[in-house]
Amino acid sequence: MSAATIVSLPDQATARIPKDNYLTRENGILSWLLTQDHKRIGILYLISMTFFFFIGGALAGMIRLELLTPQSDLMAADTYNKVFTMHGIIMIFFFLVPSVPGALGNFFLPMMIGAKDLALPKMNLASWYFYMAGGILALWAMITGGVDTGWTFTTPLSTHYVNTNVITTGLAIFITGFSSIFTGLNFIVTIHKMRAPGMTWFRLPLFIWANYAASILMVLGTPVLAIAIVLVALERAFGIGVFDPTKGGDPLLFQHLFWFYSHPAVYIMILPGMGVISEVVSTFSRKRVFGYTAVAFSSVAIAVFGFFVWAHHMFIMGVSSYAVLVFSLLTMLVAVPSAIKIFNWAFTLYKGSITFETPMIYAFGFMGLFTIGGMTGVFLGVSGTDIHLTETYFIVAHFHFVMVGGMLMAFLAGIHFWWPKMTGRMYPEKISQLAAVITFIGFNFTFFPQFILGTLGMPRRYASYPPEFQVLNVLSTAGATILGVGYLLPVLYLIWSLKYGKIAGDNPWQATGLEWQTQSPPLTENFAVMPIMDHEAYDYEWLERQTEARQKAKEVTSVG
Amino acid sequence: MSDSTATAHGHADEHSPFLRHHFESLEQQADATNFAMWLFLLTEVMFFGGLFTVYMIYRNWYYQAFVAASHQLSVTLGGVNSCVLITSSFTMALAVYFAEAKNKKALLTCLITTFTLGVLFLGIKGVEYREKFEKHHFPGTSYSMEAFTNPASDAVATAAGDKPLPVDVAQRTELFFSLYFAMTGLHLAHMLAGMGILLYMIFRAQSGAYTTGHVSYVEYFGFYWHFVDIVWILLFPLLYLINRH
Repeated sequence: MSAATIVSLPDQATARIPKDNYLTRENGILSWLLTQDHKRIGILYLISMTFFFFIGGALAGMIRLELLTPQSDLMAADTYNKVFTMHGIIMIFFFLVPSVPGALGNFFLPMMIGAKDLALPKMNLASWYFYMAGGILALWAMITGGVDTGWTFTTPLSTHYVNTNVITTGLAIFITGFSSIFTGLNFIVTIHKMRAPGMTWFRLPLFIWANYAASILMVLGTPVLAIAIVLVALERAFGIGVFDPTKGGDPLLFQHLFWFYSHPAVYIMILPGMGVISEVVSTFSRKRVFGYTAVAFSSVAIAVFGFFVWAHHMFIMGVSSYAVLVFSLLTMLVAVPSAIKIFNWAFTLYKGSITFETPMIYAFGFMGLFTIGGMTGVFLGVSGTDIHLTETYFIVAHFHFVMVGGMLMAFLAGIHFWWPKMTGRMYPEKISQLAAVITFIGFNFTFFPQFILGTLGMPRRYASYPPEFQVLNVLSTAGATILGVGYLLPVLYLIWSLKYGKIAGDNPWQATGLEWQTQSPPLTENFAVMPIMDHEAYDYEWLERQTEARQKAKEVTSVG
Repeated sequence: MSDSTATAHGHADEHSPFLRHHFESLEQQADATNFAMWLFLLTEVMFFGGLFTVYMIYRNWYYQAFVAASHQLSVTLGGVNSCVLITSSFTMALAVYFAEAKNKKALLTCLITTFTLGVLFLGIKGVEYREKFEKHHFPGTSYSMEAFTNPASDAVATAAGDKPLPVDVAQRTELFFSLYFAMTGLHLAHMLAGMGILLYMIFRAQSGAYTTGHVSYVEYFGFYWHFVDIVWILLFPLLYLINRH
């Protein structure tokens, strides 16, 4: 059964892409730039964030290249500071935060709940423009001198000691914040008010639950980041002193405000990815997600707990030891809902009919890497070990295991999973499976050595390091090149598949979500008639009955 | 469990010109946009919330300096301004009522009154700001803490019966004024944005835009205007009335 597959494509000789779909309904560049169709906005997001991803990726490549040798030789230490700062800012604010909600969420959230569009289409379009304005401003700040504070804008470094484009970059992030808020707000309203008849809360696909939880974080967290950035800008421009100890201000206060957003932000990044994994794991093991309710509520639990752990970024910054105690405990609590998810996915696999299409391989990659990333997070949540491991490569490795190994894998899983629905064509299976495996191998080569480097004490954010760390660094850089290939391949074959891919038909994976019960690519209004949800989520027997009924109907008409 | 207002046969409103294509019924549309506006206000609460937290922390730390500095603010002007803003909220609420009653003339009057009261608020605020600049109470290089180290030199401080503060305490008054300008400044920015929208609404209302039975735009702007009002209602006691009970 090595070639087992659930893919069921229509007869390629006769299949056609439906003439009327969201891509063909209107033409011309303006029909895209002024569109209010959530699917087109999703595509706009997808294209633009891929662009930012590769800029951020190129900066990551420069970092790894510099770290190939112990000396600071490829670039000066100052330049290195700017490079890793811009890598962080671009990857976090312009790729990870908007990635799954912006591209896949915009596209599929309304379809999955059986709506025609998001509740506020104009605001949705505005969110993309804010995103682009922020992104372009950030790039502008980068080419006109860059910023070298690290993506955390730590005061008083950012307010007093550096003379780089802090205000411009801060403004860029402020503007992008609106895009995040608009998306989150739109999602919450849509999920509450636009669900199709019969689509009760506990019939929602888990992707929706995950995005709902992430949206709550976006709506509540982003404004606090905004005010923190405004205060940094005011401090730089007018010296208002709220973060300046000489005037009675407290730099630590900035960290509280910053991490009040930026810790929940990691859940903004990972939760939608977890939603993708739920969909993929269920579809490719032909089983309802084990413990649906637990997985749904664990998303909400992550969102709630996520707001009460921010100070674990500040254990060594001089917060009181009682605060350390409390936040350490709370941090370990947040590991519980994440673990619930992982266990439930594992139980979903148990006795399922598992097939290994590309999205599933990425999902397996996610589960392995996210588990490592999550558990090393517990090391960092325990204040005793955190004091030794924080600010070392251990934390870099931890964060990248969660964000790149977790989120990026989930993003790629989602892109492959829904590609047939978005474009109407299949991606080439063999080469994409290869790309998924390459990504997994390259990722481990890149970041696993960094755990060891961190425990050996190599600090992060330096362009040079003691020569005894070189072997592991070379390994890491070599891994990064493999990883680069793994990310480049999908871009190439996905573009190729736009023209040459096999025609996918409505439901190539035999998945149960409402988005699969309509044509691919979908109509502009998503569904020809408004769907009525008359079954539970992930009900594969319902799908079988549907298919049988459809076949019978076809036989009857052909006989008649 | 079912807060979704989508129905499979909500075609009664199909021909309403105000029903946007992706909603099933006017009820669903009103429900969704109303909810969205409240959520937006929630983000505003979080935005100001961060700043209020900063203020509360420093007020706790430097209470003495904050009290002395707050004496420099004119309770009369601040109080008048509070009344002006509350009145403008009232006229805004009336505007919503008249929009619902399809009374174009009264709607316009209310909108214009609201706008005028907004201008009045800004004017009074301007007078207060000017006084701060003149007394070098604007934070920065030219900041002067003369009024706090030597209250006898300052009429307002003398009238409030302030005792001279040691230099290290008096220095913290600058933080108070920083927060004063940041908080009232962000409030002003919100007022300006609101007045921009008001102008647009006055312009549109003249051609009868909101007196056709579809009033949600006026209603939601009202939410925003009341929110900005509430921010001021919190700012006034926090900044002006620190130790005046």
